[in-house]
Amino acid sequence: MKLTSLWSTFRASRNFKWVVLAAIVISGSLLLLLPFITSNTYVLHIMISIGLYSVLALSLNLVTGFAGQLSFCHIAFYGIGAYTGALLMLRLNVSFWIAMFAGAFMAAIFGFLLGLPTLRLRGDYLAIVTLGFGEIVRLVFVNESWLTRGPLGLPGVPAPVLFGYRFSGRVPYYYLILVVFLITWFIMRRLTVSGIGLAMLSVKSDEIAAESVGIRPVKYKLMAFVISAAIAGWVGTFYASYIAFVSPDTFMYTDSITVLAMVILGGLGSLPGAVVGATVLTLIPELLRAINEYRMVLYGLLMIVMMIFRPDGFWGMRYRVKNAYKKTIRRVKDD
Amino acid sequence: MFLQQLVNGLTIGGIYALIAIGYSLVYGILRIVNFAHGDIFMMGSFFGLIISKASGLSFLVVAPIAMACTGMLGMLVERLAYRPLRGADSMSVLICAMGVSTLLANLAQLIFGTQTHLYSVGFQLRHFQFGSVSITNLQFIMVIITVVSLTILLAFVKKTKFGIAMRATSNNLTTAKMMGINTNIVISITFAIGSMLASGAGMMVGMYYDAVFPTMGFSYGIKAFAAAVLGGIGSLPGAMLGGLTIGVVESLGSAYLSSGYRNAFAFGIMIIVLILKPTGIMGKVVREKV
Repeated sequence: MKLTSLWSTFRASRNFKWVVLAAIVISGSLLLLLPFITSNTYVLHIMISIGLYSVLALSLNLVTGFAGQLSFCHIAFYGIGAYTGALLMLRLNVSFWIAMFAGAFMAAIFGFLLGLPTLRLRGDYLAIVTLGFGEIVRLVFVNESWLTRGPLGLPGVPAPVLFGYRFSGRVPYYYLILVVFLITWFIMRRLTVSGIGLAMLSVKSDEIAAESVGIRPVKYKLMAFVISAAIAGWVGTFYASYIAFVSPDTFMYTDSITVLAMVILGGLGSLPGAVVGATVLTLIPELLRAINEYRMVLYGLLMIVMMIFRPDGFWGMRYRVKNAYKKTIRRVKDD
Repeated sequence: MFLQQLVNGLTIGGIYALIAIGYSLVYGILRIVNFAHGDIFMMGSFFGLIISKASGLSFLVVAPIAMACTGMLGMLVERLAYRPLRGADSMSVLICAMGVSTLLANLAQLIFGTQTHLYSVGFQLRHFQFGSVSITNLQFIMVIITVVSLTILLAFVKKTKFGIAMRATSNNLTTAKMMGINTNIVISITFAIGSMLASGAGMMVGMYYDAVFPTMGFSYGIKAFAAAVLGGIGSLPGAMLGGLTIGVVESLGSAYLSSGYRNAFAFGIMIIVLILKPTGIMGKVVREKV
């Protein structure tokens, strides 16, 4: 309690804007200059993983945190993007940059096809349909060997070439994921502070009430689904090229749970929360090798405990709204 | 070939029906999808295996003990994970259920290892030939156990006082509470019954395929849920009908179409049913209010 009141006093103070600005500038330049600070490939690899998972968490957050639809097949869209991109690059020698958008497009189409009929369903039915869909997608990757080489996977996915420069090592990938992350953040930020984001939030809090004020729930749910799938597919192609290998094992439903756990830890409906969640849950298994074995057990526990004790995560909507409210009160007093 | 697949499908369909009843019972009362049910089924199967290995007793003695343990596990899950969330929004409950499922599946991997265990409990398989159809004594036993336990359950729900309390709670939790029904106990027992049936199903699956592994709860769980949805969730005869249908379709589909997509048939049916007739074959229409 004390900490929160301290935080709100700090938030309302004159210096708050400058402190935030300074923090953004410092962390931004640190992120930009990281490859010059350390050449440790392991550190860079972790940073790239964090970036990847942040993008996944941000996109899942749009569906689950804003439109209020529980999706257990996020990793399937990621996989569709990865396979589409990898196959285009390997079989048709398509450039990485085109393959990336093809991956996003393909994932978006599947998001649309899945969403169109199923988004009319109640929340718990939808959740289980996404679970089934994710599994069907994985089975297609495993069984359609003529296309995907089945469980063997697709090795040798080529690296991107930018103006004659072929990506090699971690550094260019690091900058690429940074750009992807910033674009995703920008899209999410613009979407969620706009009328679309508000409409999604109203669908989340009460569908029928939203409908009664002229918001079409299916439209906004579908929009969230398609955008989120597209971003997951987009970063999927990045992953395929970065690891240079795709196989069905990477797209298990447990990975969807991992991304969901990240969003939940950070707080549903919060952009910084999704990034914080992704960072923490990527770092913990890396830093504490000993607990790597218990990783999924911990994620399961985390989901239970968070839902019981703190359903809004550590940076969730409820706390944000409360802060905004307190701020308004303060302003009125000042006047 | 066709008849053989039909028989196999009906056998495994009975198993799906037993698991589906757990989903249906819980959904009927609490309106939550107990994602962890598939993993409780898996734990039930493992309980049977380890108790029989540790004690060396006959499986007729081991099975009730394992079922009791699984029933306790189900009650524990309800008490620790679902009861604190009673009345919370459905998304929190769903996420929590998924958390329980993840927790159980991975705990089992830690405890029992990720490999597939042989289900050697000393059961003598005998084959009976009926024309072109070969049926094992295990299949007979499975069908008999399934039919008997489902009949007992139906009678229990329809005739006994506790069954009436269960139906009252399912109809309206608050009103049932006002009528002096201890709804918490009803819910606990409901979880226990569902888990015990799942455990029985788990042990039969273990013997039937001679294999158990920690991640099997996922696919059986979804298939049984598909069965519950197909029959109309909340309806017990519906769950049986759905289970048998899913079992037969899956068996025929993997024999005639593609065995690699064995799991996909059930999921496909479920998605189609949910789109075309979300209430299932025997379900009731529930109107949602603001």
